[in-house]
Amino acid sequence: RLFYRYRDLAPQLVPLDYTHKPDVTLPYQLIGSMPELKDNPFRQRIAEVFSARGDGNMTLDDFLDMFSVLSEMAPRDLKAYYAFKIYDFNNDDYICKADLEKTVNKLTRNELTPEEVNLVCEKVIYEADADNDGKLSLEDFQHMIVRAPDFLSTFHIRI
Amino acid sequence: KEEEESKEEDICSQQNGTSKRKNYQRENKDGKKAGGGSRQRDKKAPTKDQKESENKEKKTSKNGKEGENKEGTDRKNSTSSDSSGEESLSEEELAMLMEQVEQKKKLISTMRNKPWRMVKKLSVLREAQAFVEKFEGALGKGKGKKLYAYKMMMAKKWVKFKRDFDNFKTQCIPWEMKIKEVESHFGSSVASYFIFLRWMYGVNLVLFSLIFGLVIIPEVLMGMPYGSMPRKTVPRAEQATAMDFSVLWDFEGYIKYSALFYGYYNNQRTIGWLKYRLPMAYFMVGISVFGYSLMVVIRSMARNANESTADGDDHNFIFSWKMFTSWDYLIGNPETADNKFASITTSFKESIVDEQESNKDENIHLRRFLRVLANLLIICCLCGSGYLIYFVVKRSQTFSKMQNVGWYERNEVEIVMSLLGMFCPPLFETIAALENYHPRIGLKWQLGRIFALFLGNLYTFLLALMDDVNEKLAEEDVVKNITHWTLLGHHNSSLRNGSAATPPPLDPADVPRGPCWETTVGIEFVRLTVSDILVTYITILVGDFIRACFVRFVNYCWCWDLEAGFPSYAEFDISGNVLGLVFNQGMIWMGSFYAPGLVGINVLRLLTSMYFQCWAVMSSNVPHARVFKASKSNNFYMGLLLLILFLSLLPVAYTIMSLPPSFDCGPFSGKKRMYEVIQETIELDFPLFVAKIFSYVANPGLIIPAILLMVLAIYYLNAVAEAYQRANTELKKKMQMQREEEKNKRNNKASTNPVLQDMEDLLTPSPKRETHPKQAEDKNMEPPGRTSPGGKQGKPAALDGSPRTGGRGAALSPPPPQRFVTQPPMLGVRAPYPGQLRPWRQPLGTVPGRGRGQPWY
Repeated sequence: RLFYRYRDLAPQLVPLDYTHKPDVTLPYQLIGSMPELKDNPFRQRIAEVFSARGDGNMTLDDFLDMFSVLSEMAPRDLKAYYAFKIYDFNNDDYICKADLEKTVNKLTRNELTPEEVNLVCEKVIYEADADNDGKLSLEDFQHMIVRAPDFLSTFHIRI
Repeated sequence: KEEEESKEEDICSQQNGTSKRKNYQRENKDGKKAGGGSRQRDKKAPTKDQKESENKEKKTSKNGKEGENKEGTDRKNSTSSDSSGEESLSEEELAMLMEQVEQKKKLISTMRNKPWRMVKKLSVLREAQAFVEKFEGALGKGKGKKLYAYKMMMAKKWVKFKRDFDNFKTQCIPWEMKIKEVESHFGSSVASYFIFLRWMYGVNLVLFSLIFGLVIIPEVLMGMPYGSMPRKTVPRAEQATAMDFSVLWDFEGYIKYSALFYGYYNNQRTIGWLKYRLPMAYFMVGISVFGYSLMVVIRSMARNANESTADGDDHNFIFSWKMFTSWDYLIGNPETADNKFASITTSFKESIVDEQESNKDENIHLRRFLRVLANLLIICCLCGSGYLIYFVVKRSQTFSKMQNVGWYERNEVEIVMSLLGMFCPPLFETIAALENYHPRIGLKWQLGRIFALFLGNLYTFLLALMDDVNEKLAEEDVVKNITHWTLLGHHNSSLRNGSAATPPPLDPADVPRGPCWETTVGIEFVRLTVSDILVTYITILVGDFIRACFVRFVNYCWCWDLEAGFPSYAEFDISGNVLGLVFNQGMIWMGSFYAPGLVGINVLRLLTSMYFQCWAVMSSNVPHARVFKASKSNNFYMGLLLLILFLSLLPVAYTIMSLPPSFDCGPFSGKKRMYEVIQETIELDFPLFVAKIFSYVANPGLIIPAILLMVLAIYYLNAVAEAYQRANTELKKKMQMQREEEKNKRNNKASTNPVLQDMEDLLTPSPKRETHPKQAEDKNMEPPGRTSPGGKQGKPAALDGSPRTGGRGAALSPPPPQRFVTQPPMLGVRAPYPGQLRPWRQPLGTVPGRGRGQPWY
């Protein structure tokens, strides 16, 4: 079923027969226009995280990977791991204050004032940073997100 | 080596399929066979492996180590297999092999959790599977080998079969696309209502099939047909009007005397050539309806409770959670997305304001007074509504005795109940504005009050019904006599007329009929359900659809903006709908014993309701402005359902146990109590010893100790659960403390280092400075002590530098308690009065010279 969704995005590019493992990647624009992802403010980051080359273009395997992690059945730790990578905008394995600011702005579409954004980011770092280096590492993030009651239900795309 | 490894990886990835991947593999990749498939030594694997090994190196060390481990064992494995061949593996190699196979299996089962790329996972899985398959066969020795291999193959086929079946089941789930559409437009909380509806539909379907298959079908197929017995025929007096629609709508006439109601069933002990024991079946099905519902509800609750593990004690992470978990990834619609953005922004702003604002000093007394007042008002409302219903039901009884009742009088009860259900909740909401609670708590109160309202209504209705029943029972005795005498009279007259020995049977329609109270009760419930359904549908139609049409079309020629202002579009009232559903189910449970057809009506209702409400939601509702948490409410609604189940069990159990069944209708007619059917069955159908066993078991002397034992078990389990809970909170607290300790430690480390450097610099021996530290010692002991390299030196440094750094020493955060413990001798010695120590130190000649040195440790 997923394969047909993938193919529907670009029928002329994707062959029906995958036995010869063709190397087909769909560009980011097509992925980002899928109805499930269209309204998601993080769709670009999602595509980047799951694509093999890190630029948003996805092969079928990446596509599968993405929806498998975002499905209902993926375990919590796996989701937390990928959520961390999505929110880490500069790919340095830490969510630093700049990443947080970008997240907040994407979430509120730039409606908060800079002071408010600043306050929010500082609060987040204060709350979640356990090793006190001013940024969130994977362990901090996982530790914090695993306790959130609705993480599993919001970090979920049904397809 | 690489090849072996890649094979193992293949195995692992293969077994890790999600359902989609299975489909995908089956449909497209003919080359890669799924499941316990073929061992592929495809030549393409090595090239992929190279890519993967590169990938692996990029990944974290954890994965790398695992890869290395695998490589190591692989090397050993490949040499052993190459040298000795499959047939003759030595003992230790066998053991090693087994260990590896175990390892691979473990890898396969945990594959899903590993954050590797899909490509890698697939190949790793395939490898591991091929490996396992190849060597598992070899593990069985000699003759047993074939059997072992066969067993393994069967096991794998079984696993594959289970997975296929699971896939099939997932595809069978109805309405998945519909719910997804609603979810993408309205968010996960509205969709949770529809998921609940779907679950209820499933439960009702099972109940219906139970009742239909075990009670209705046998009676219809194998019992006496319509018209053959008095209980199955419309009485002569009513036959004229029996087919009228108005009569049918009231469930009188032909419907009353059909298999839908209790009164139709014959009390013959066995019917048909199967000797099907209908009364027994009727009774058991009635009980199992409740039993099954109970089981299903509790299982669902347990599953929900499992998922929501953390108690939510942590208010530590409010902002972090808001940031990372507030976006609902399920949203697929721009309008909803807009709403979501707005609500997130508002929620952030609210929290910020909360943070910055200090607690308001409120007038507690005023608040309390207002709350008490509000509660009083609401209790008055509830009592008022209860009385109203009682009054109306009583009136309807007098109506039923009158002739020429209009349509309104006939349906008065139902109308009043529906109206109450429609108008009281908003009334409660307006009164609740007095109370000024936090919105979520306010919502819970509101739900509780609506629940109390409905419950009160239902029970008042039941009480009124009970009065009715008692009346009918009294009437019955009278009718019994009449019937008896009539039959006797008929026999005598027929004997006189003809000389035939057997009298011609009296036409069933002419036999005077007793008032069948069970059927009456069944009819009441069915009528209530039907009117409830109608009211719900009409409310949706008018309240949502007509309103939306009105707002949309009249907006052009209206003074104020209808869409933003007063009527605007309706929001989907989740809690109201869920409560309606729960109460409907309660009524079904109550009525299903007396009207077996009721569950069928409910199944139809749920089916149509699904489509109707989906359509209504999509066409005339707007997404919520406020965020509603879907996760925790699920168990709340299940809890309500459970409560209603118990409450609906009570009346039925009471009537079964204590009221005598009617003498001329239903499967239990002629018995003194309904449960006597069990005794009858045991005595007549089962062998003797079973009856004896039951009589022993039913002995109170046995039952009371059993009950006591169960009560004790409950008490014990409760105590254990509490103990675990306490241990849990203790552990949490410990973790919390540890976390904070570490935070403080790091904080201090960051700030003490410069201080320490200064102290080191000031390290010039001077006896004078030694005295000063006596006061500042206790404070400064710990910080230098912590940085252990300069441990001994650090202390005198602190001592020496303390007058200078006294200020800074004070600035050092309080040291953790542990350090005190490790330095008892120092404390003990330094405690005494400073003056005393000086004379004591001087005799130690070397000391003054050095100025440091702690000769006394």
